[in-house]
Amino acid sequence: MKGFKIVVLAKQVPDTRNVGKDAMKADGTVNRAALPAIFNPEDLNALEQALRIKDMVPGTVITILTMGPGRAAEIIREGMFRGADDGVLLTDRAFAGSDTLATSYALAQAIKKMGKVDLIIAGRQAIDGDTAQVGPQVAEKLNLPQVTYVEEIRQIDNGKVVMKRRLERGVEVVSCPLPLVITVNGTAPDCRSRNAKLLMKYKHAKTVSELQNTNEDYLHLYNDRPFLNITEWSVNDIESDAAQLGLAGSPTKVKKIDNVVLQAKEAKVLTAGDEDLEELMKELIANHTIG
Amino acid sequence: MNNVFVYCEIEEGVVAEVSQELLTKGRKLADELKCKLEAVVVGHNLKGVEEQIIPYGVDVLHMADDPRLEPYTTLPHTSIVVKLFEMEKPQIALMGATSIGRDLGPRVSSALHSGLTADCTSLEIGEHEDKKLGVKYDNLLYQIRPAFGGNIIATIINPDCRPQMATVREGVMKKEIRDAAYKGKIKQIDVSQFVKPEDFVVEIIERHIEKSKVNIKSASIVVAGGYGMGSRENFNLLYELAEVLGGEVGASRAAVDAGYTTHERQIGQTGVTVRPKLYIACGISGQIQHRAGMEESAQIIAINTDPEAPINAIADYVITGDVAEIIPKMIKYYRKNTK
Repeated sequence: MKGFKIVVLAKQVPDTRNVGKDAMKADGTVNRAALPAIFNPEDLNALEQALRIKDMVPGTVITILTMGPGRAAEIIREGMFRGADDGVLLTDRAFAGSDTLATSYALAQAIKKMGKVDLIIAGRQAIDGDTAQVGPQVAEKLNLPQVTYVEEIRQIDNGKVVMKRRLERGVEVVSCPLPLVITVNGTAPDCRSRNAKLLMKYKHAKTVSELQNTNEDYLHLYNDRPFLNITEWSVNDIESDAAQLGLAGSPTKVKKIDNVVLQAKEAKVLTAGDEDLEELMKELIANHTIG
Repeated sequence: MNNVFVYCEIEEGVVAEVSQELLTKGRKLADELKCKLEAVVVGHNLKGVEEQIIPYGVDVLHMADDPRLEPYTTLPHTSIVVKLFEMEKPQIALMGATSIGRDLGPRVSSALHSGLTADCTSLEIGEHEDKKLGVKYDNLLYQIRPAFGGNIIATIINPDCRPQMATVREGVMKKEIRDAAYKGKIKQIDVSQFVKPEDFVVEIIERHIEKSKVNIKSASIVVAGGYGMGSRENFNLLYELAEVLGGEVGASRAAVDAGYTTHERQIGQTGVTVRPKLYIACGISGQIQHRAGMEESAQIIAINTDPEAPINAIADYVITGDVAEIIPKMIKYYRKNTK
């Protein structure tokens, strides 16, 4: 069997699971600088599913596609350390302010530029928004079928993919012809760790913008070893309709952001001592809350 | 035209709770906007399901009945909803934030180029002024949801695109029958005109859907544990306390992610919403997403080693200490005082 061309959609996200005290600025906006930027967890599950296909079907090529600021190239490298073949960073001020729909449009236009793609795999959702919208919207923009909440890709042959979906109250096994968009659930197997050889091979991989800050003595490296060049596309590299990009292309607008301020109310403060706890239980029984 | 629409999920003839909750909310929005409430149900053998839908105050129910439409698959349901919305031009469209609604919603919003907000915790009607463009909008849907890991609450609007779409988790809205004898019209959709043969490329080979066994939504006492419980073993303490008090066990997302218990017990924005008489939060710090799912509890006891835990701010009783020590004492003194 010849290999497949797989695109893994990934996002660099602030690690909202470990929000410290300095995560919010005094003016109530989010202090992104205080939050570590990570590879969105479910996108790593997606990458693992792609890598398993590559293990089974030699010749498979995995490209990581991400949209974000220049530093998002970090997750492309991270993906390469784990077995992805290359990556494309979609970065431009024109994409700023994109909601999920404008993001999906830009990603879909980038995928169209890549030529024939067999499979697009994404994480179910990103932890900074938890919307789970980009996968299905990319599928719609590309006019491809979608299979969401996938936990396991069981089989891929004769132009069909068989996969198991994890739903709220059960599982479903479905088959769908290629090409299609798959979104992978967090219950899928974790991504394998970095491979030492790949880490050595790709640790200097850079985008054009990153290369501008590189010591000139090393620049020849990037001509000798083309695999070290991470593709970077701006809005001019993809065909696009400006009305569908960025803020202008986003039907949803943020009207208002409220900082979460806890309204303290009078609480009875108790110790873990016997007396306090017995009083508490008596009180709850007396007012018919329990018992 | 320009009515409020709710997409109703159905499984073997039973309309999903979340859909009925959204019908209830949709009815209120329609009253406020002085428009009709319409519903769409897509499936098979639908005769009679109107009895589970129209009493919520539905003026028009659109039914697409075809053996190929159940169980749910993305493309045919998308085709039907998209075409129906193109014809009927709803101003608002609501769906459950379920594995169906979160699969269908984005696909439909992309096809219609309309805005969609996921997992809203509140929906209101309000106005908006775009000062830059000098445009004033009346009667917009405010789609309110926590974002950015729950550190902010965002109000999202869709000023120009229609329908204004939102998904809402089960249990967030309350369901309430408007009138058991409500008069609504049923319109049958001519399915063959709405779907294409290529919509049926996804084939379901196996399907095992269980009825939800855990029923924390209707429990009057919920004993919930968070990451601070420390282990699966410590979580057993919660089951003991819940059993003694006659309650159910719930969990925060962090506890579920850590594998202390299963997802069906998850309370919060990405789980269920509960409003028990008593909520006992054990080792839960109280992130906004979690609080969104329990803050309407009549009484809240927070047990935490951290006296500064955010959950304490909404608690009626704050106990600072080790849950492993406190829970057995609560059981002991409950027994002692009820005998």
